[in-house]
Amino acid sequence: MNVIETSGLGKRYGKSWALQDCTLAVPAGQLAALVGPNGAGKSTLMNMTAGLSVPTSGTVTVLGGHRAGSPAALNGVAFVAQDAPVYKNLSAGDMLHLTRNLNQGFDTPFAQARLAELGIPLKKKAGKLSGGQQSQLALTLALARRPRLLILDEPLAALDPIARQDFLAAVMTAMADDGVSILLSSHQVAELERVADYLIVFSRAHLQVAGEVDDLLGCHRLLTGPTAEADTVASQLTVVQTRRGGAQTHLLVRTTGTDDPVPPGWESHPVSLEELVMAHLRASNGLSGPSLVQPAGPSLVQSAGPSLVHPAEQTEVNR
Amino acid sequence: MTIDKGDSAIEFRLDPDSGVPTYLQLVQQVERALRLGYLKPGDQLPKVRDVVAALTINPNTVLKAYRELEHKGLAAGRPGQGTFIQATLEQVTLPELAGLRRTLLGWLASAEEVGLDEDGVVALFASGLRDFFKTRPAADNAGTADHGTEGVA
Repeated sequence: MNVIETSGLGKRYGKSWALQDCTLAVPAGQLAALVGPNGAGKSTLMNMTAGLSVPTSGTVTVLGGHRAGSPAALNGVAFVAQDAPVYKNLSAGDMLHLTRNLNQGFDTPFAQARLAELGIPLKKKAGKLSGGQQSQLALTLALARRPRLLILDEPLAALDPIARQDFLAAVMTAMADDGVSILLSSHQVAELERVADYLIVFSRAHLQVAGEVDDLLGCHRLLTGPTAEADTVASQLTVVQTRRGGAQTHLLVRTTGTDDPVPPGWESHPVSLEELVMAHLRASNGLSGPSLVQPAGPSLVQSAGPSLVHPAEQTEVNR
Repeated sequence: MTIDKGDSAIEFRLDPDSGVPTYLQLVQQVERALRLGYLKPGDQLPKVRDVVAALTINPNTVLKAYRELEHKGLAAGRPGQGTFIQATLEQVTLPELAGLRRTLLGWLASAEEVGLDEDGVVALFASGLRDFFKTRPAADNAGTADHGTEGVA
């Protein structure tokens, strides 16, 4: 079952498209990480998936075919907006009371037990709780609705490292306990490596990459070798990003499998999730259309040391 | 959030810089614990939930590691209980280990005599190791699988 499916999904605000032509299918039971720069379309996708805004074009369904925003979808989807959305002047206990009365099937004993376990006092005003506690309170209220899909918009942004880890651990534990699917957006790409099953990269309102993390890592390699041979090697491969020095060049390439032969005299290294995401974001920078991969052209700048020589980058520099 | 540790024999740790996929690190740690005798047949592996909470990793990663151990015949899942060690990996006895270590130290001394430094020794050993196991295809894997089957039987 796919927990989220979109087809030709787009959202326009006035004249500008916040998201365009997005088609993807996220399998259930996984944590899908949504990454990309600000304004790339992440929140737009999340809002439409949660049923909080209506697509301009295309469709989005959740939980195996329910239209986002329909009663069945609303019941099974929980959404935690950016910046730990709690009412600052209400106590944690009042928030719990309010959420219980606004939702069907709210699991009050679970929420109470979880807040007690976290040491969050029910009488304290939510605004007086620490940032980490506020986000845990928001997470608790969302989980107590017993959703099948939990959408978390930038939950880590405002948290210190310890609170970030505690929050992620809480999300992972919820996954282990009852198999809830997660859609989580974040800028902390390095932190996502161990938690994400599925990766979705957005840039400039377009989907750039979507796939299972293991598959994506398995089909990208970093090749390092002499610059003199770089063009020849690059012409035979699908190059995502080229970093060229005077003598040595790094090519981040997409392979068909891990057994692809390495060109003689070149070294092949696995890439990290962060390298992969950054390479695709840089490759997409300045391109209007969706592109999973970006063919590397010949370098325009040879003199400057290890420079990024993406055509798009080049345009920026020349401007 | 408090992490309630199970009374499992081992605790996992992760090396973020190793470049080894997380699930494989878990598999390798169980295999190492088996070789060193920290784990014995019948021992319970840490519960998925506990590993997830302690390491902040995706539960599917832990499940993948445990499936791999089951596939190798080293562990077996018991519904509603957890995953348990099923087989042993061949252990070398302590006197044998001591003997091998003495031989190795002798070899290291002769390598130093001819002027090989630490990096040179590591490089030579790594390439020798690679060649040695390349000439005996899949010996290591076959060995592991055999022990697995013995354990099951």
